[in-house]
Amino acid sequence: MADNTQVRHANGRRAGAADPQQLVLLVATRKGAWLYHGDAARENWRVDGPHFLGHIISHLVLDPRDGRTLLAAAKTGHLGPTLFRSTDLGRSWSEASRPPAFAAASEGSSGEASLPGRTVDHTFWLTPGHSDQPGVWYAGTSPQGLFRSDDGGVNWAPFSCINDDPQYRQWMGGVQDGTPDGPKLHSIIVDPRDSDHLYLAMSGGGVHETVDGGRSFKPLLDQLDVVEGFDRANPGFHDPHCVRLCPSNPDRLYQQNHCGIYRLDRPSEKWLNIGKSMPAEVGDIGFPMVVHPRDADIAWVFPMDGTSVWPRTSPDGKPAVYATRDGGQSWQRRDSGLPDSQAWWTVKRQAMSADGLEPVGLYFGTTSGELWMSRDEGRHWQCIARHLPEIYAVEAALLA
Amino acid sequence: MQVLIPSALRSYTEHGTVEARGETLAAVLADLEQRYPGIRFRMLDEQQQIRPHIRFFFAGEQLRDLTQALHADGELIIVQALSGG
Repeated sequence: MADNTQVRHANGRRAGAADPQQLVLLVATRKGAWLYHGDAARENWRVDGPHFLGHIISHLVLDPRDGRTLLAAAKTGHLGPTLFRSTDLGRSWSEASRPPAFAAASEGSSGEASLPGRTVDHTFWLTPGHSDQPGVWYAGTSPQGLFRSDDGGVNWAPFSCINDDPQYRQWMGGVQDGTPDGPKLHSIIVDPRDSDHLYLAMSGGGVHETVDGGRSFKPLLDQLDVVEGFDRANPGFHDPHCVRLCPSNPDRLYQQNHCGIYRLDRPSEKWLNIGKSMPAEVGDIGFPMVVHPRDADIAWVFPMDGTSVWPRTSPDGKPAVYATRDGGQSWQRRDSGLPDSQAWWTVKRQAMSADGLEPVGLYFGTTSGELWMSRDEGRHWQCIARHLPEIYAVEAALLA
Repeated sequence: MQVLIPSALRSYTEHGTVEARGETLAAVLADLEQRYPGIRFRMLDEQQQIRPHIRFFFAGEQLRDLTQALHADGELIIVQALSGG
């Protein structure tokens, strides 16, 4: 293991020594949330939790604009969905006054068609707004809905045209068209250069973009595959699992899709299939996609078995991260320290992330409740927590 | 009237039994929302439907309609149905 205390690079925060910004891992699970506070060397972790024991926590996110505010998307088996907010790192939580909720049965945007009302089952995804809009947050729900808060997550309202646009409602489909846990809107991305430029993804429903602050959206699907036999021209048949924008090059997007791994370099609208260079015995199916904070040619995926009946386990019971350092032209297996057999878990789309330190730390949580980390960009892995509930999301964040 | 609160909702009320007013189930739930902000949306969705695992009982009868009349000397029982996993 490299001695991180000796490493410093110009663009990354040094890992080790006396760094005033402390790392925290935000772990959302099927039965609550946990915070893992790391020391400067990322060697020791102090666990804080459970928070919301028994609640289904789909996402727990720190506001990078203040480094203090947490939002948690929650529901229980019995009760409706809600959001909780903390401004003291989880010592106390307050509930959103108005959680995301669809409008009552509504008219279509063109007025000619009455659309059935929908009910938010749970908020699935949280994205802080642009750095110039400190109170703004976005939320994606199941079934697919886009919501926005302008007051730091206290009050939420439907955002943009898509929730009740007849065309988008058709593309969203029904519950049977979505994932086993329900159809979802996720991967809400704010262009760091332009607060009016957003991307989002829907499972199912495809990838979409707005350049006018949500007044209009358009599909961004060219060259993406769909399941054999379906029409790729229909956004409803597209299933993007996770889309990420590269902070070091906001014109580059990576995507882990139900049908492969892709890269998009704007202004092009044609996705490039970069999953074909994955080993055939591993395949190019998975949920998460992680990008390097400072090098847009580096990204990571966590393949799963997407053959036959879609077991959604590590291929052959041998979990591994795959890394590319050349924009997806080639992939390298990163499994040192991971189980070498009989490990039948996988990693969900929000359950893998990178910190901003140097070298980059990678983290993932498993469906079997294990939390794993690498201090060296995936070359070596170690387990830092076991026996947690099924992990839905892992976010690595730096406290102010 | 008295309202019996299930454990899953006591984070709002802090008590297993609370007082609320209203001549219908909808009115009682609105009063509870005034007293304990946020509690109503955990039981009713945005289409004004009772959530799948929530049940209301009054005078031994299950209430399925928000407009159902209630009387002040009765007891409303809110139950979380058996579910989970």
